[in-house]
Amino acid sequence: MSLLRESLKEIHKRLASRELSARDLAEESLRQIEQKDKEVGAFLLVDQEGAMERAAKLDEQLAAEDQRGILAALPAGIKDNLCTEGVTTTCGSRLLANYVPIYNATVVDKLNEAGAIAMGKLNMDEFAMGSSTENSAFKLTRNPWDLERVPGGSSGGSAAAVAAGEVYFALGSDTGGSIRQPAAFCGVVGLKPTYGRVSRYGLVAFASSLDQIGPLTKNVEDAAYVLQAISGLDVKDSTSADVEVPDYLSALTGEIKGLSVGVPKEMMGEGVSAGVRARVEEAIQKLEQMGATIKEVSLPHSEYAVATYYLLAPAEASSNLARYDGVRYGVRKPGKNLLDMYLETRSQGFGPEVKRRIMLGTYALSSGYYDAYYLKAQKVRTLIRQDFERIFEEVDVIVGPTAPTTAFKIGEKVDDPLTMYMNDILTIPVNLAGLPAISVPCGLADGLPVGLQVIGKAFDESTILRVAHAYEQATERLPVPPLGGIEA
Amino acid sequence: MTISKEQVQKVAALARLKLTEQEADQYTVQLNNILQFAEKLNELETEQVEPTSHVLPMANVLREDEVVPSLPREKALANAPDQQDGMFRVPAVFEE
Repeated sequence: MSLLRESLKEIHKRLASRELSARDLAEESLRQIEQKDKEVGAFLLVDQEGAMERAAKLDEQLAAEDQRGILAALPAGIKDNLCTEGVTTTCGSRLLANYVPIYNATVVDKLNEAGAIAMGKLNMDEFAMGSSTENSAFKLTRNPWDLERVPGGSSGGSAAAVAAGEVYFALGSDTGGSIRQPAAFCGVVGLKPTYGRVSRYGLVAFASSLDQIGPLTKNVEDAAYVLQAISGLDVKDSTSADVEVPDYLSALTGEIKGLSVGVPKEMMGEGVSAGVRARVEEAIQKLEQMGATIKEVSLPHSEYAVATYYLLAPAEASSNLARYDGVRYGVRKPGKNLLDMYLETRSQGFGPEVKRRIMLGTYALSSGYYDAYYLKAQKVRTLIRQDFERIFEEVDVIVGPTAPTTAFKIGEKVDDPLTMYMNDILTIPVNLAGLPAISVPCGLADGLPVGLQVIGKAFDESTILRVAHAYEQATERLPVPPLGGIEA
Repeated sequence: MTISKEQVQKVAALARLKLTEQEADQYTVQLNNILQFAEKLNELETEQVEPTSHVLPMANVLREDEVVPSLPREKALANAPDQQDGMFRVPAVFEE
């Protein structure tokens, strides 16, 4: 078995007894990437030199001190919309193909402090806009469970790299489901924290009222460790919340007796495939057997969530992406005057989905349409939030599927934006309400992973981790993905 | 509400995008599909509903107005597509 599939406790034990070094782990990650990434395509950039340097430095520290960071020596993958000082950060866009940040995202600094070893940058839909990673300007990422299928998106590289065992864990970002949906498609754990829990400083902005950074890991315990390392107030992000960070590990008791679990009937409706519904129903039965009380609840406005999101997120994006003008950074395309240079830079630099959303957002914000679209959507957002507030007066967590189907075929949905958008129908309401949610594997349907989504109250990551962990402990783990026959 | 191809071109210009005829045709169809889907929101009565722009109870975050080191010029210019005399250089605003 690859070192990268050992438990964190086992790795820490072997590090402590000097059987294992940070260099061993970094080398193993490089070996796995070398072996598998030609097929999987998760990485946009492998920072071999930087990773080995960090590992050597960490080994010196580990030899000198008895203390270890909680993520010591774990090889990590970083989604390519997180700024890494001195390491190209493209955001999956041609426009940023040459962008080398002069600072680290706060989460990247925090990973370094915790001792993790960043191995490189992971593929994604351009500017995190997409649900299949097919909108990357650079390459296709394939699902390790079936190389003809998408890994989900937009954090598809992050999910695929973890599933394939190329890294120990990865960071992703989630604006409308971009951590949880690829986690579900690739059979890994993905956690979107409460809005404000994790600093967004150094995350390339897509929709600032919705974006959150979070971990993708092999199991729930690892997710708790990574969340512990990256959470907390940051003076560099005024939207990061001044709310105490609890000890997430102590929440993993394996015990959910007496907990009240809400199942919204809208999340189990006709749009959900039979295979997904069957696995999720079994998971709910399991939770009941373990002593949780199951209640049917209702999110009456959830059917409006996709429409709301596809007005608000593009509106915020159109404003955020106005900065890409070819003046201060990025790839400039020449023009005969300043305006012409803007037009050429943006028209040649952005891909079709990004242009579509910029135009949709510009339209929704434009004079004469603002009230009808943008303001209307903001009001419906309130109704969606209130649905959750009402439910959380009577239950501790909400569960349902993460995505309505398992991973679809590459190319299957690229021609119809609206069909692609419907993928996020079960994850979007959570972003609109700013709540935390985790996707944990709950078995296979026709050989492909299914994700169980557990949604919690604001800043109550502890309880969703507890439920997901207890469920995971009580059920069989997924096998290692087949990866088209390559030895995993 | 529907959006015409002319409006699509106007919106593109506002967003500093230049569309080919073919792109404009395609986006007209696609944006209309999306906007038609968004009409669904009109089923809801929202006269009395407060809009949500942010989920957190947000307040201005202030700090003491102290002089602290800022980004050195060479770092700020590190990614500049073009520069001159320590400044970002851009094409002429007006044609000559």
